[in-house]
Amino acid sequence: MNILSFDDLLKLCEKENKSIYEIAQENEANMAECSVSKVRFKTFENLKAMKDAVKNGLKSNEKSISNWCGDDCDRVQKSFQNRDSLFGKVFENIIVYSLATAEENLRMGRIVACPTAGSCGIVPSVIISVSEEKNISEEIQIDALITAGIIGLIISNKVQLAGAVAGCQAECGVASAMAAGSVVQMLGGTPKQIIEAVTLALKNILGLTCDPVCGLVEVPCIKRNSFLGVHAVTAAELALSGVKSKIPADEVVDTLKITGQLMSPLLKETAQGGLSKTKTAIELENKLFKNN
Amino acid sequence: MEEKSIFSVISPIMAGPSSSHTAGAVRLGLMARNIYNNEFKKVKFVLYNSFATTGFGHGTDKGLLAGVLGYSVDNSSIKNIFKEVNGVEYSYDYVQDISRHPNSVDIIFDNCMTISGDSIGAGEIRINKINGFDSNINGKYDTLMLMYKDKPGMISHVSEIIQIEGVNIASLHCDRASKGGQATMYIALDLPIDIGVVEKVKQIEDVFFVTYIRKLK
Ligand code: SF4
Repeated sequence: MNILSFDDLLKLCEKENKSIYEIAQENEANMAECSVSKVRFKTFENLKAMKDAVKNGLKSNEKSISNWCGDDCDRVQKSFQNRDSLFGKVFENIIVYSLATAEENLRMGRIVACPTAGSCGIVPSVIISVSEEKNISEEIQIDALITAGIIGLIISNKVQLAGAVAGCQAECGVASAMAAGSVVQMLGGTPKQIIEAVTLALKNILGLTCDPVCGLVEVPCIKRNSFLGVHAVTAAELALSGVKSKIPADEVVDTLKITGQLMSPLLKETAQGGLSKTKTAIELENKLFKNN
Repeated sequence: MEEKSIFSVISPIMAGPSSSHTAGAVRLGLMARNIYNNEFKKVKFVLYNSFATTGFGHGTDKGLLAGVLGYSVDNSSIKNIFKEVNGVEYSYDYVQDISRHPNSVDIIFDNCMTISGDSIGAGEIRINKINGFDSNINGKYDTLMLMYKDKPGMISHVSEIIQIEGVNIASLHCDRASKGGQATMYIALDLPIDIGVVEKVKQIEDVFFVTYIRKLK
């Protein structure tokens, strides 16, 4: 069965007295004609690949092909070791792990697109950091990743998750909403609170453009993974505290779609506007083409 | 509406940095390899539009080459592919042509087969021409492709052979140069077929080329 809206998902949870991940994994098993444990195993494999990517990223400071990026994870890790940041461990790790993954991605390392390669650092950094901090078991991390999956899936039924279609709202923005829901799941929140977290996360990234310099998934994409990882926890904490969005989830998703349609093509992955057309970006671009 | 899996938003597990420009490129290469299905000494890639302009920074060139050499999308040695090839000569051309898809490539094996395809987003691909003949292969089905001299009865003849095996045909697509001229047929199958079936199709009169193209994993 195709679950087309968050409203439908919530109704299903209430009717069957199940959590979101239970509904999602049963639905997936039905559709793929396999067992729930197979779905969980496949999720586990993705989780494992995410953790491997973080591990590899933490060890490397190799630059990207363009030579623009690749050493910020190392820089930030060292800095956090040598001074007291304003953040606690969870947020520090979200920043470091998201950079590790996003940098691993641009040096052609092995990552999990979630939902896209450009936004691959957000969900893993959040799930791993929160589970380390709160000592959360692998089984519950799998619940959280399945929760993230159904959130992304419902949104993707309405809007294609690609910067070229709806700007970065649909990539890093959606990743952040997926991560927000997964945090609420890991901390034992209700289905309602999970959807609330999704709504709050999405509402606050509406209008995010996709304007990568030279069309490469580097500037601003890499650091954006860190920002939106932190953003996800903000949404989750608000939802867990009982904060409710005035605008319901499905209407926010519709708004994201419409905002994407209203957005100029210049700001949708064409590298024809925004940051990619700044003086410095053009200089970077010219240099890159001259050297290659 | 097609039912979608949660693994359409979590995955693929892939070598970065871009699902369209890297994972898609590897899959185009893999698909071309499956189609050519022969050892080769030389391969040439013609990259179009966005593949041509931003392909370098996305490792599109490496991805395509890795694909034709049989590397899977999640192989992290794709980035070192230039050091790992041996014995195969490879080259690249870069072209702007607005009549082509933004992420498009021609893959030419040994100057004798040209396979054209697009990376259509999220790592999905489409092969739309083989040696100039229209095709529609997305890598999701095992596909039987044949070239033959256009004549009545060919479709029923071939489908009969497949039906006897009890394999369902998912879709069938034909194209011909002219009436009675060279024609191509693509048959997407729900299940894999036995190599014996391919042999039987080869025996049909006026069929001069048959290849069985395995789907992508
Ligand atoms: S800015 Fe564009 S390319 Fe970069 S992560 Fe966002 S959507 Fe992807």
